[in-house]
Amino acid sequence: MQTTRRFSDWIPILIFLLPGLVLFVLFFLGPMLYSLRISFYDWKIVHPDQSIFLGFSNYQKALSDPIFQRATLNTAAYTAITVIVKMILGLAVALLLNQSLPGRTFFRVAYYLPVITSWVIVSLLFEYMFNGQAGLVNYVLNDIFHFTSKDVLWFADPILTLVPIILLDIWKGVGWTAIIYLAGLQSIPAELYEAARVDGANPLDQLRYITWPLLRSSTVFLTVVLVIGGLNAYISFQLMTKGGNPLDLTHSILTLMYEATFSRLDFGYGAAISYLLTIFVFFISLIELRLLKQQAM
Amino acid sequence: MGWKTQQYFGKFLSYIILFLGLGFVIIPIWYMIATSFKPQTMIFELPPRLWPETWTLTNYFAALGKDKFDLYFLNSAKVAVATTLSTLFVSSMLAFVFARMRFPGKESLFYIFLLGMMVPPVMLIIPQFLVAKWLSLYNHIGLILVYTTMNISMQTFLLRGVFENVPRDLEEAALIDGASPWAIFWRIILPLSWPGIAVVVINTFLYSWEEFAWANVAIRNTSQRTLPIGIALFQSEHLTEWGQVFAASLVALVPVLIVFILFQRYFVQGISTTGIKG
Repeated sequence: MQTTRRFSDWIPILIFLLPGLVLFVLFFLGPMLYSLRISFYDWKIVHPDQSIFLGFSNYQKALSDPIFQRATLNTAAYTAITVIVKMILGLAVALLLNQSLPGRTFFRVAYYLPVITSWVIVSLLFEYMFNGQAGLVNYVLNDIFHFTSKDVLWFADPILTLVPIILLDIWKGVGWTAIIYLAGLQSIPAELYEAARVDGANPLDQLRYITWPLLRSSTVFLTVVLVIGGLNAYISFQLMTKGGNPLDLTHSILTLMYEATFSRLDFGYGAAISYLLTIFVFFISLIELRLLKQQAM
Repeated sequence: MGWKTQQYFGKFLSYIILFLGLGFVIIPIWYMIATSFKPQTMIFELPPRLWPETWTLTNYFAALGKDKFDLYFLNSAKVAVATTLSTLFVSSMLAFVFARMRFPGKESLFYIFLLGMMVPPVMLIIPQFLVAKWLSLYNHIGLILVYTTMNISMQTFLLRGVFENVPRDLEEAALIDGASPWAIFWRIILPLSWPGIAVVVINTFLYSWEEFAWANVAIRNTSQRTLPIGIALFQSEHLTEWGQVFAASLVALVPVLIVFILFQRYFVQGISTTGIKG
């Protein structure tokens, strides 16, 4: 096809672009810029014209707020742990399921089940399983393995609360990571492995010199997408900590943003928090892409 | 060890690991199922049982009769189906432009659309809330439009990869016969991209069936609530009635399960055609 020159050639292009472009501008680009503006104001939701311009003070307020710092720490720890564990377990599951095993489809579907459950439902489920007095987890730890001598009150301690939240994300996310890796594995030509075997490479060598390098674009994709997802954790934190309990020490960045915006109606502060998060996400994604590119060379 | 023995041993080991993993995956789901059939008196029994002593359907009747649960179910179904169709429509048209047409500025436009994958969806909630107020969209239409928008970037990216893998020969033949771009899109590209489309259907259906954050702020009218909101509120109102909470939750999982089972056989194949492959 030739590069478009005549006006009539533009018509089909515009028709195909139009629905997506309208939605994207109206509900994505527009809101993004609007949000930037709000973040510089003490925004009055009922009378926007009476909003007071504050410059960067919403941002300064967030960065010096200990609750925000704690939320950032929680979110960062949660993201780092869940992403690393999910990638390792996901790759392991994908490698296992890439063999010609009878019952392979069954395992694939079973491992994917947690992915299709909804966040609200499984957050409640984990809350019930980690219940202090009669939860399944305490029972297993106490009475079966005797790891602990008395019931652990998971949701009363700001650090322990993160345990069920992190385990939930790993439980729910491994299946998806595995599917993406599995798709990557299936695009590696089998001849490479045959050639390696002829040359006397053991399975570990094959993993290191063939599989891992050829899975690089899956790994890059997963790292970027999983980190963005982790930094955006919201539902599990909201439901399991009931909005930062105890003592506002267990917020994720987004539960804090939600509380600021929709409970305290401080729209400017909420918008500043969400922009700070976006900036984190943007820079972390850039760093990841750069590191992963270097590693490949 | 000989090559054969080594292979058998490897498979044996694989099965052991896979079954162990399966235990971790399945136990929470099974525990939810078991609890939904327990009478209320046994919800906090010690020791907790994975197999209820007595089975009852009371929780199902109680939960489904309460809180307009049937209505929330219908609302979610309506929103999820409409979102899936509209996302498929909008994203596939965009992806067709990016995969097959040429015009100046195409690459930059594509990158602007990819921004949607970088930006945390929740940061948009405040301004989306204000836009929705301006357009009086605190209703299902508002949910459908925002959900579609939030899915555009990722699904367009996936579908562009899929469409680029469709061989060009067929289209060139059709072009010579004078086919319009619409005909090429509708008669050639889409039918040949079925596995990729299955991935998009699963992604968007799951997303809209379970979306919580936007529905939580955008829906004011109680009769318009979707399931995730209904279930979360239900739990906060009936704190210890876990049997009923899980009965409601399990019913809510049925449609997702059906969509997944219908489309799963295209799933892995579909992902490998989307261009995220290794």
